[in-house]
Amino acid sequence: MGWIGEQIDSVKSMQFRQLLTQAVSLGMIVTSALIIWKGLMCITGSESPVVVVLSGSMEPGFKRGDILFLHMSKEPIRAGEIVVFNVDGREIPIVHRVIKVHEREGSGEVDVLTKGDNNFGDDRLLYAEGQMWLQRHHIMGRAVGFLPYVGWVTIIMTEQPIIKYLLIGALGLLVITSKE
Amino acid sequence: MHSFGYRANALLTFSLTILALMCAMASLSDNLNSPSPTASVKVLNINRFLKKSTGDDEVGITLDISADLQSLFTWNTKQVFVFLAAEYSTPKNILNQVSLWDGIIPAQDGAKFSIKTKNKYRFIDQGSNLRGRDFNLTLHWHVMPKTGKMFADKLVLPGFRLPESYR
Repeated sequence: MGWIGEQIDSVKSMQFRQLLTQAVSLGMIVTSALIIWKGLMCITGSESPVVVVLSGSMEPGFKRGDILFLHMSKEPIRAGEIVVFNVDGREIPIVHRVIKVHEREGSGEVDVLTKGDNNFGDDRLLYAEGQMWLQRHHIMGRAVGFLPYVGWVTIIMTEQPIIKYLLIGALGLLVITSKE
Repeated sequence: MHSFGYRANALLTFSLTILALMCAMASLSDNLNSPSPTASVKVLNINRFLKKSTGDDEVGITLDISADLQSLFTWNTKQVFVFLAAEYSTPKNILNQVSLWDGIIPAQDGAKFSIKTKNKYRFIDQGSNLRGRDFNLTLHWHVMPKTGKMFADKLVLPGFRLPESYR
């Protein structure tokens, strides 16, 4: 109770100039996070440089809650690569492995078929109705790096929004009341 | 200055930094490994060779695959994903890669293997270009780390040829 009281007092006793400093430091934190994210987008060339694995279809390689780092280059797509792709009419991108590639002479267009390592059959059932192949524009990036477990933070926060608001509230309060 | 919050924050930051550093070092240590895998593949039989009603050629084959991938494993290796793909070019497509068989090797013990198998995935061309077609069988492997960068490489085994006629 004493700690909370102290914090409230410190908020009350704030001067205008101090308030401005806090607002600026809060702005710095938000913008630097944005800079890092956008910078990663530039370096990796992928619109989402980091994705969280949501399903067990690539087990035992990738489990739910693992984080993948994506890279999107001009290099052609080859069998065996793990790609992240969007299917028309599906919200959530899928992370699966390429098992077949047919690359056109000249134009460089590709037809790609994917499959989850842990799934029995290929992904034609997941594609849009009547779709036999993925094309280049479906693919958001290929996985190049891997970090286990860290993605659980975002999974928990999306599934339990209360925890997200509690965390944001607590962090915001800390920033506002910190005396540096 | 020395409140509970500050100490908890310092401890958390420090432990996360150390953890990130250890992950980075584990991933970098993979570069010290210079693997020397070996593989050989034989086509034992062409089980069937036909033109589907869609106009595409399909082949069913039996393969004898033996490989020694033990040198790919390091202390940061979670598993090795290995697959064999038929690779060929046709007048229409500059490159076709059709995965015929794959497997997951979870530990070094299983990395030296020899199996006889039919193709696990269907070997279907885009069109009817497979009669008398030369193709490579390529053994690809993807090393999945416990953490960090993924590695991939392949061994191309050239000199295979499909029959001149359907059977």
